[in-house]
Amino acid sequence: MNVVVPLPRTPAETALIDGARRPAAIEALRARGLPTRRVESWHYTDLKTLLRNLPADAATPAALPPVLEGSAVLAIVDGAPRIVAAPAGVDVSALGDAGIAALSAPFGADDAIGQINLAHVADGVRLAVAADATLVAPVEVQFRSGRACHARVSAAFGAASRAVIIERQSGGGFSTAVCDLNIGDGAEISWIVVQERDDKAVHLGQVNATLGTNAKLNLFVVNEGGKLVRQEIHARAAGEGSEFRLRGVNLMAGGAHVDVTMTLTHEVPHTSSTAVVRNIVTGRANGAFQGMIKVARQAQKTDARMACNTLLLSDEGGFSAKPELEIFADDVACGHGATVREIDRNHLFYLMARGVPERESRGLLVKAFVAEIIEELDNEGLVEALEHRLDRWFSAHG
Amino acid sequence: MLEIRNLHARIAENGTEIIRGLNLTVNKGEVAAIMGPNGSGKSTLSYVIAGRADYEVTEGDILWNGESILAMDAAERAAKGVFLAFQYPMEIPGVATMEFLKVAMNAQRKARGEEPLKIPEFLKRVKAAAASLSMNMDMLKRPLNVGFSGGEKKRAEILQMKLLEPSLCVLDETDSGLDIDALKIVADGVNALRSPDRAMIVITHYQRLLDHIVPDTVHVLYKGQVIKSGDKSLALTLEKDGYAQITGEAA
Repeated sequence: MNVVVPLPRTPAETALIDGARRPAAIEALRARGLPTRRVESWHYTDLKTLLRNLPADAATPAALPPVLEGSAVLAIVDGAPRIVAAPAGVDVSALGDAGIAALSAPFGADDAIGQINLAHVADGVRLAVAADATLVAPVEVQFRSGRACHARVSAAFGAASRAVIIERQSGGGFSTAVCDLNIGDGAEISWIVVQERDDKAVHLGQVNATLGTNAKLNLFVVNEGGKLVRQEIHARAAGEGSEFRLRGVNLMAGGAHVDVTMTLTHEVPHTSSTAVVRNIVTGRANGAFQGMIKVARQAQKTDARMACNTLLLSDEGGFSAKPELEIFADDVACGHGATVREIDRNHLFYLMARGVPERESRGLLVKAFVAEIIEELDNEGLVEALEHRLDRWFSAHG
Repeated sequence: MLEIRNLHARIAENGTEIIRGLNLTVNKGEVAAIMGPNGSGKSTLSYVIAGRADYEVTEGDILWNGESILAMDAAERAAKGVFLAFQYPMEIPGVATMEFLKVAMNAQRKARGEEPLKIPEFLKRVKAAAASLSMNMDMLKRPLNVGFSGGEKKRAEILQMKLLEPSLCVLDETDSGLDIDALKIVADGVNALRSPDRAMIVITHYQRLLDHIVPDTVHVLYKGQVIKSGDKSLALTLEKDGYAQITGEAA
């Protein structure tokens, strides 16, 4: 018989477990503690060690101008939804206790983010986009918090709807955010996560998406802040002809630790997915990407591609990539690749030979590395807005 | 004036000496052709002049207008007017060609204490230079050199040369990979830049390019040294007899 002697509880565990609103939701964590590197899905982010103490509270940011001018702004401020007039085609309401009771259970014993969030969440936003509706302007949901905050968004996109939603994570302290996306048949949705929390913040996020027949989800994740960040993505291609697309840009500086973990399941035939994550590591920052693509036995003709590319700009930083394929169907095209490299000396020489000083040349090349991904966005305003944020990050950390 | 004096240079990574006591003088207004068999050090010479960090100069000096440029990095040399047209121009995904041209032109202007170019003036210059090289502006909307054919890349190099107006141009096998029409366009582009204030070094394997860019002097490079210099007739002799006779004399 194996006897597992639990490690002593950390202050963070005590706060998270004893302070839970819904103790039942956090039962697994109570028994096992926060995941350590021995838990496979947390191997690169030893949460128990990295989150020994919850971070101190910070100031809650005031209203922010949206990332993309002209967006409709909704806010969840320190966990409390501030519902304002919603744009045409969207129905917005607070989740309330009934909404929270209806949320799906965490994925399992290792789903620390799902458990913490469900055990603590006070309220959230329900967002429903009507069938056939096309939102003219993006909707920006601002998660603004300074004290420990657990927020939830439950979004349903009706059949054939079109929408761009920006999930903006701002502020400091400790935060979890879980967004459940249900993408109806034929809907085409862009969900853009802009995580810009302060350099002491701990943020644990989850985007959970289910795609219907011929649905398209374009998920874009930009991590440009935070001290300890894990963004999980759990997506199910559940309808034939559905297309999932993840593009991620992780900008890591100082002593930041940023983890993007994706599990993607192709459940039915004729679905496709591409995932491309680009990372820039400076200073003593550390990052990880885990990508798991599962193809069910009946999911023939699946086309799934995954790539993780890292530009390492410092000897003290590091990045780990773990792509995995689990394929039970026999007629599929799946592939993955991961690279970690430094700035290409040939490229650097070429730019410098044209008179561009070394620092500026490096800046151009680093920006180019991630701009390639941003430029794939089919929205000029958004490309510009994100590139502007890149420039700002590089001038602060370059 | 460019003066290269007893230059010795080696590959930094493994210490292999490529340039072994090279002497060469190129005056302003002069077009000097450098020829030589494979492996004689032609491309290395171009890199060492341009300031590539992968090579170390162990002895000798390179003076441009009386000033040693050895301590300068590639960008500082470019600001002093040194330009290398690459044999294999780099494809750089994610860097927009127009943005790059603007950054490069303005970086050099800044280094010389000049104001940055206003956008309309910049566009005017690029359009005029592109037209003179029969280049389509659509090409310049792509990322730098990405998806360009060999000929297009060489034209893009000459375009940059026109826009940056260097005073020392080093063209490394600009003719390689060009068909005869493209060769003519590129050669016309180079000839248009000939001026009493500008020195040019044209590195080539073949006489063919020198029919179009007629050199004032021809130098034969062999085992990292200039072993013979002459006027344009030397290139014709080489084309007829090959390098064997000259390299034999040197051995």
